Amino acid sequence: MAIRERLSGNEAVSIAIRQVNPDVMAAFPITPSTEIPQFISQYVANGTIDTEFVAVESEHSAMSACMGSQAAGARTVTATSSCGLALMWEMLYVVASARLPLTLCCINRALTGPININNDHSDSMGARDAGWIQIYAENAQEAYDNYIQCVRIGEHKDVQLPVMACQDGFITSHAVENILLLEDAEVKAFVGEYEPEKYLLNEKEAVSMGPYDIANYYMEHKYQQKVALDNAKQVIYDVAAEFEKMSGRKYGMIEEYMMEDAEYAMVIIGSSAGTAKDAVDKMRAEGKKVGLVKVRVYRPFPEEEMVKALSGMKGVVVMDKAEGYSALGGPLGADVKAALFGRTNAVVLNIVYGLGGRDVRVESIEEAYGRLFAAVEAGSVPFGYDYLGLRK
Amino acid sequence: MAYNFKQEMNKPERLAGGHRLCAGCGAGIAVRGVLRALKPEDKAVICSATGCLEVSTCLYPYTAWNDSFIHSAFENSAATVSGSEAAYIALKKKGKVNGTYKFIAFGGDGGTYDIGFQSLSGAMERGHDMVYVCYDNGAYMNTGIQRSSGTPKYAETTTSAVGKCSPGKKQIRKDLTEVIASHHIPYVAQTTFIGNFKDLHEKAEKALYTPGAAFLNILAPCPRGWRYNAEDMMTITKLAVETCYWPLYEVIDGEYKLSYRPKVKQPIENFLKPQGRFKHLFKKGNEELIAEIQADVDKRWEELLKLCGEEV
Repeated sequence: MAIRERLSGNEAVSIAIRQVNPDVMAAFPITPSTEIPQFISQYVANGTIDTEFVAVESEHSAMSACMGSQAAGARTVTATSSCGLALMWEMLYVVASARLPLTLCCINRALTGPININNDHSDSMGARDAGWIQIYAENAQEAYDNYIQCVRIGEHKDVQLPVMACQDGFITSHAVENILLLEDAEVKAFVGEYEPEKYLLNEKEAVSMGPYDIANYYMEHKYQQKVALDNAKQVIYDVAAEFEKMSGRKYGMIEEYMMEDAEYAMVIIGSSAGTAKDAVDKMRAEGKKVGLVKVRVYRPFPEEEMVKALSGMKGVVVMDKAEGYSALGGPLGADVKAALFGRTNAVVLNIVYGLGGRDVRVESIEEAYGRLFAAVEAGSVPFGYDYLGLRK
Repeated sequence: MAYNFKQEMNKPERLAGGHRLCAGCGAGIAVRGVLRALKPEDKAVICSATGCLEVSTCLYPYTAWNDSFIHSAFENSAATVSGSEAAYIALKKKGKVNGTYKFIAFGGDGGTYDIGFQSLSGAMERGHDMVYVCYDNGAYMNTGIQRSSGTPKYAETTTSAVGKCSPGKKQIRKDLTEVIASHHIPYVAQTTFIGNFKDLHEKAEKALYTPGAAFLNILAPCPRGWRYNAEDMMTITKLAVETCYWPLYEVIDGEYKLSYRPKVKQPIENFLKPQGRFKHLFKKGNEELIAEIQADVDKRWEELLKLCGEEV
C-alpha cells in the first residue's frame, strides 16, 4: 500500500536511503544537500538503520571513503552539492573507472564563482563526462523514485557504474510536496542484496584494484566503461518497468509532454519542466502547437529517444541551466544539436536560463517559446546563444 | 613472543618479489617490514597512495600484493582505507565477513606530509581501526625528486635547486610524527631500518594490533634522490639514528617513549656527508649552514628527550 506523505525532496531521498538501508554512507555537509547526512546520522543514532555513517572531513574524502567502502563490498551512498561535487571531481572519474556502483544524491546548486547557494545545474553538468550515470528529478516524488531505481541500475552486472541521482536545490530539495512512498519491505525486496563479483573483503579471493594502467590496456578499459554506459540504457528501461509494476509510476529516458502533434518543442531538465508543463497547457489553450521533452536520464544521453521525439518539429528550443563557456551554448544544447544533426531540419535554439537561482516563471517559458517562434519565422538561427531572464 | 629475526625473515612474503621498485628502494623494505608483523592467519586490505610504491607494485595486469589491495588517488589513501574499514564493520555486523581483517594505508612523504595531510588527519581523528604508514624518503621521488615539507633544510631537490643564489631547500622539515601524536590516537611511532629490523617489526605489530588509529613514520631512504650507493642503505639509516636526525620513539596513549638513545651522539655531518643531495654544504664557506642544521637537530632532540622523560 502506498503511503501518502508531505515531504521535501531531501526528506524523500533520505527516506529512500533509509528504506534501502545501505551498508555505508560517507558524507560532508554542503547546502542544500546537508539535510541528507543529517537525517542518516539521526537514523543511525536511533537504530533505525544498520548503516555505518562516516562523517568525513571533506567531499574529496567522502568520495574516497565511498570508493574504499564500495570496493570492499559494501553498498555505499553519499550526498553533495556544488563545490562539494567539484571537490570530488578527481574521484568521480576514479570511481567510474573502478566500476563501483555507488550512488550520489546530487542536490543541484550553482558552482561557486561567485559563491551562490541557489539552484542551477552547473555542478552536475560539469561532471557529465566523468563516466557516471546521471538521472534528474522534476519533483520530490521523482527524486524518491529515481533514487530507489539508481541503486538497481548501477549494480546491474551489465552496468556496474556509479549513479548520480540529481534534484534541484531548494526548489525540489526544500519545498514540501505531496508524495507517495513505498512500503519499507517493498523497497527492500526491490533493491535486494549487493552482490559484487570482486571485492576487497572477499575471504576466498584477494583482489587488487585501481592498478597503474599502461597504454596497452587503458584504451580498452575506457571502452569497457563506454559499453557499460551503453548497456545502462536497457537496464534503466527494465528497472523502470519493474518499478512501474510495484508503484504504478512510469519512467523512461525522457518524458514527452504534449508532443504528439507538436510543432515546436522545448527540451529541459529538472524542476523547470513542471513550470514548462504549465506554460505548454496555457499556450495550447491559445492554439499554439507546443510540446515538451523532459530529460530524465542525461548520461547515457538519450540520443535515439531525442531524435524520435523531435523529428518533424519546426523548431526546438533547448534550455540549459548551466553555462558551458564554450561560446557555443550550454551542455544540453550542444548534445541535443549533435543528436539532431543531419537527422532533422528543425531550427534549434539554445537558451541559458535560471543561473544561480534566477526565477523561472510560466512567462519565462512562454518567452523562450516566443523566441523560438520568431527564429522559425525568420527561417534561421543567429550565431551564438541566448540568455533568458537577464537584467540588462 | 620474543622477536626472532630468522623466523620473521622466513615468513612467506605478502609483497611478492618481481615488482618494479628500484634496487635499494626503502619503500619496498618498509612495506615488507610492516606486513611481516601481520599474523599469518589475518587478512589485510592495503591501500597505497599514488607514488613509486603504487606504480611499481600494481601494473595492470600484474600485482605484487598477495592481500587485497586498492589504489585510488594520491591524496587520499587514508580516506580510502577508512571507507574499507567502515565497510568491514558493516559487513561483519551482517555476517557477510567472518575473518579478521587489518587495514593499512601506505603513502610517501608527498602523499602524507603534503597532499594527503588533510585526509590523514581526518582518518586519524575519526579513529578508524587502521594503520597509516608513511615511507618517508624526504621528497616527491616518483615525479623526479621534488621537495616536500618532509625534505630536510638545505637538501638539493629539483624544485629546491642549488645555485649561486640558493643553498637548496630554504625551510626546515615538518615534524609529522609530532603532528599526528597531537591527534591523541592510541599509537604513534617513528622508526627506520636498524640492525635486525626488530624496532620496525615491534612497532608495526603494536600499530596493527592496537585497536583504533595508529601511525608509523618510517624513514625509508631513496638512493636516487639522496644520491648514495644503493648498497649503503643500512649505513645511512644507522647514521640518521646515531646523529639523532631521525630518533626512534613511540607515543603510546600519549606517553612518549624513546626506543633508542645513542651512546655517543654523532655530528650531523656524518649523516649529510655520504649523500649527494647535501654535497654543496661541504664547500668552503658553507660551514655555517651545517652548524645551523646541527643546532636544529640538537634542539629537536632535546625537546624529544624532555617529552620522553629522559635526562637531557
